[in-house]
Amino acid sequence: MAVFRDVMPAFELFQPTSASDAVTLLAEHGSDAWVMAGGQDSFDWLKDRIKRPKVVVDLSQVSGMSGVRDLDGGVEIGAMTTLTTLVGDPLIRERFPILSEAAGVVASPQIRNQGTIGGNISQDTRCWYYRGGMPCYRAGGNVCYADTPTAINREHAILGADRCVAVSPSDTAPALVALDAKIVIQGPSGERVVDAEDYFIGPGIDITRMHVLKPGELLVAIRIPATWAGTDYYFEKVRDRPVWDFPLVNIAAVKVVNGGTIERIRIVLNGVAAHPWRLAQVENAVTGKPADESTAAMAGEMSIEGAFPLRHNGYKVPLMRNLVKRAIRGVQEA
Amino acid sequence: MSDEHDPQSKYVPTRRDLIKGVIAAGAVSSTGYLFRGSITRAFAAAPGSVERMLTLDVNGQQRRVDVMKQETLAMTLRYKLGLTGTKLGCDRAECGACSVLIDDVPHYSCSVLTHSTRGKKIQTVEGLASPDGTLHPVQQAVVEQQGFQCAFCMSGFLMATVGFLKTNPNPTRQELAHGISGNLCRCQDYDKILTSLMRGAELSREVNNA
Ligand SMILES: Cc1cc2nc3c(=O)[nH]c(=O)nc-3n(C[C@H](O)[C@H](O)[C@H](O)COP(=O)(O)OP(=O)(O)OC[C@H]3O[C@@H](n4cnc5c(N)ncnc54)[C@H](O)[C@@H]3O)c2cc1C
Ligand code: SF4
Ligand code: FES
Ligand code: FES
Repeated sequence: MAVFRDVMPAFELFQPTSASDAVTLLAEHGSDAWVMAGGQDSFDWLKDRIKRPKVVVDLSQVSGMSGVRDLDGGVEIGAMTTLTTLVGDPLIRERFPILSEAAGVVASPQIRNQGTIGGNISQDTRCWYYRGGMPCYRAGGNVCYADTPTAINREHAILGADRCVAVSPSDTAPALVALDAKIVIQGPSGERVVDAEDYFIGPGIDITRMHVLKPGELLVAIRIPATWAGTDYYFEKVRDRPVWDFPLVNIAAVKVVNGGTIERIRIVLNGVAAHPWRLAQVENAVTGKPADESTAAMAGEMSIEGAFPLRHNGYKVPLMRNLVKRAIRGVQEA
Repeated sequence: MSDEHDPQSKYVPTRRDLIKGVIAAGAVSSTGYLFRGSITRAFAAAPGSVERMLTLDVNGQQRRVDVMKQETLAMTLRYKLGLTGTKLGCDRAECGACSVLIDDVPHYSCSVLTHSTRGKKIQTVEGLASPDGTLHPVQQAVVEQQGFQCAFCMSGFLMATVGFLKTNPNPTRQELAHGISGNLCRCQDYDKILTSLMRGAELSREVNNA
């Protein structure tokens, strides 16, 4: 439970007006610095005094880092674009409505008005042991409090765990992985572009981070190629309350179905592992098959192979299986 | 809510310390709030360094105010500018009591750095009524319909509604419910709140079309 405690501890604040000034500042302050975009993930850390950066680099005054523009039939989205903008943007709605839909179910209207797409895909996990300041693996310690016989782990991972069983909480991340998005990163030594699928990492690669941004690096834009523009899609977020709540499990799938046959498909889930979980094997297995109940049943069973639930999150296994079935054969209108 | 000290964080000022500190610091800009000595000069020269004195545009007035780097807008409004109509319920972006309009869009003021609002237009519940005291149509509707019980959540709901109506002046009940879904009421009479705010939408249209 959050405790209300007046103001946050002091930090030095910088408000650069360009991305290159921001990179200079980040390079100068290294791991002392915290990037703040919309702040909707950052404030909890700072208010709870779990993270105490000496320096905050606030991107709110940076120009040229927000908005959506055409890019060869795809789009380029500035990292500071708000989620509300993505919900309403005509280009996104026309080409990649799955992203509008995913952005539209994040948190609450006010959080979507303030929260950015860059922040949404760079946010930290919501494991409450970790966020409560417990010295667990992810925090540099040598125990996982969520994976003990008495742990409360209803929201935790069923796949890909490696000491840490926390999950990626982002709603937009699986949509971006499904759409083959590229993440554009600026650092002291220039620009690099990584596939969305490689942007998100699990504890086996680095247990202290959810993504590949290094201290001193700035996420500047997201590029979505035309590959999946205007195709069929399926997005569903399962959560306890329809507002504020993070996904228990969500699914983002894009597909091209011709004459009832699946020509190509991408299926990605979140809330099941530390990073968006792409079902590459399932995608291969269903390609060329009819988009019907039996293909869906086969895909559903395949998707949960290797799932290893904890004490309180066993429900995620059938949930995942059924979401995969829906993504393949669709949902009958009631 | 509590003003209690966390025994572990010795550096956390109480609200009283904070106010005393502000009085003592007066109008002195303090890039050196955190770092004293020579490093201050290095920071002052850095791109994007920030002065504590800000001019905020609040309810159409230019307000000069000394704002700490780490201060949220809710703190500035309530404790520096005396605009206590904006409430703090959770201070964690989870209730909506602190909602204000920034450039006409609803935001949780507990979860916005005051410094990030420079150059923007801030509107709080105190800025809804006209200078002559005529209530905003949404306020008028709430009075008519007795929309709230304890009303702690009310200013947040009013601001969320006024902001939402700017994007959709003629919502269905369902659309308005979705538009203000980022606000909680502990007394939980959502149906009556929604009825009064739907009436507010209607009165707003009448006023705007008159
Ligand atoms: C009550 C509540 C409910 C929420 N519910 C949901 C939900 O249902 N679904 C969901 O997906 N999210 C949810 N969120 C999480 C989150 O607030 C939002 O997703 C939001 O999009 C985060 O964006 P931001 O710009 O505010 O992030 P920030 O807090 O500004 O940034 C988040 C992290 O990313 C880093 N970062 C941000 N931008 C950059 C950049 N350009 N370069 C380098 N690093 C960067 C920051 O350093 C920080 O570590 C919720 C948050 C709250 C408080
Ligand atoms: S799940 Fe990960 S973040 Fe949570 S307590 Fe275990 S190690 Fe820490
Ligand atoms: S006080 Fe800001 S949302 Fe609760
Ligand atoms: S009327 Fe009491 S909290 Fe809403």
